[in-house]
Amino acid sequence: MTFLEIVFYVFSAVLIASSLLVVTVRNPVRAALFLVLAFFSAACLWLTLEAEFLAITLVLVYVGAVMVLFLFVIMMLDIDIAQMRAGFANYLPLGLIVALVMVGELTLVMLSGEFGDAELPRPVGQPADYSNTEALGRLVYTDYVFAFELAAVILLVAIIAAISLTLRRRPETRYQAPEEQVKVRKEDRIRIVRMPSRPGEDP
Amino acid sequence: MIPLSHYLIVGALLFAVSVVGIFLNRKNLVIILMAIELLLLAANMNFVAFSHYLQDLSGQVFVFFVLTVAAAEAAIGLAILIVLFRTRRSINVQDLDRLRG
Repeated sequence: MTFLEIVFYVFSAVLIASSLLVVTVRNPVRAALFLVLAFFSAACLWLTLEAEFLAITLVLVYVGAVMVLFLFVIMMLDIDIAQMRAGFANYLPLGLIVALVMVGELTLVMLSGEFGDAELPRPVGQPADYSNTEALGRLVYTDYVFAFELAAVILLVAIIAAISLTLRRRPETRYQAPEEQVKVRKEDRIRIVRMPSRPGEDP
Repeated sequence: MIPLSHYLIVGALLFAVSVVGIFLNRKNLVIILMAIELLLLAANMNFVAFSHYLQDLSGQVFVFFVLTVAAAEAAIGLAILIVLFRTRRSINVQDLDRLRG
């Protein structure tokens, strides 16, 4: 067994085990942390497939950003776990049947002899000075540049949607209104009153 | 060496686990969102594996776009979740019957 195979099987086992824990563990915070572990092992598996840029992106974007977002939301909400877990066992048989059928069918296809070592051998590794990021960048900015722009638009729409959904104006809170403050003129605030300096004298 | 089918089987197992997760946690919207993230990860795993074995980088470009869409989906999903919790004080899927669907 080569070192690469050991790495592959260890990280695959960690990936499947942690994803099982994500869907079965009681506490949502723990589920989010196991999801971090699952994404991390998936990134390591992608490294064995020479997809270095995507592996690092997965760690940065998912472990760094999306999972922190998940944890923030879970900790903000006050969730009644016991009530959430009611009926957990009721759906187990149906879920298991669906999963077994799915895995059985997919495994049947994959072991059918189309994807074995003989038909599709593992390619030899790229040379040492090969840059996966550079090759991917060339492809993204030439052939897929339109799709790339669309992805940017999708992210922009997501930002706007997330902010506009969660933004709320609370009438009982008092805000500053800077645009009103800068518009104030001297006449609005000061009133000059003519008064006699001594009693009996004309002002 | 590791044949392509082993990577595909890992992807299939991951996919099945997350489908079971959606079945099991039918009430908890947060776990459902996490299971959807795992589903997308399983799809990405197949893309990356085929991209390597067929020596075609287009598969990795597609993973890039799937990651983008998944991040957008997570952000909007969690925003909807927060709005939902504010109005209903609950994220139970079975409480969401106002539309009588």
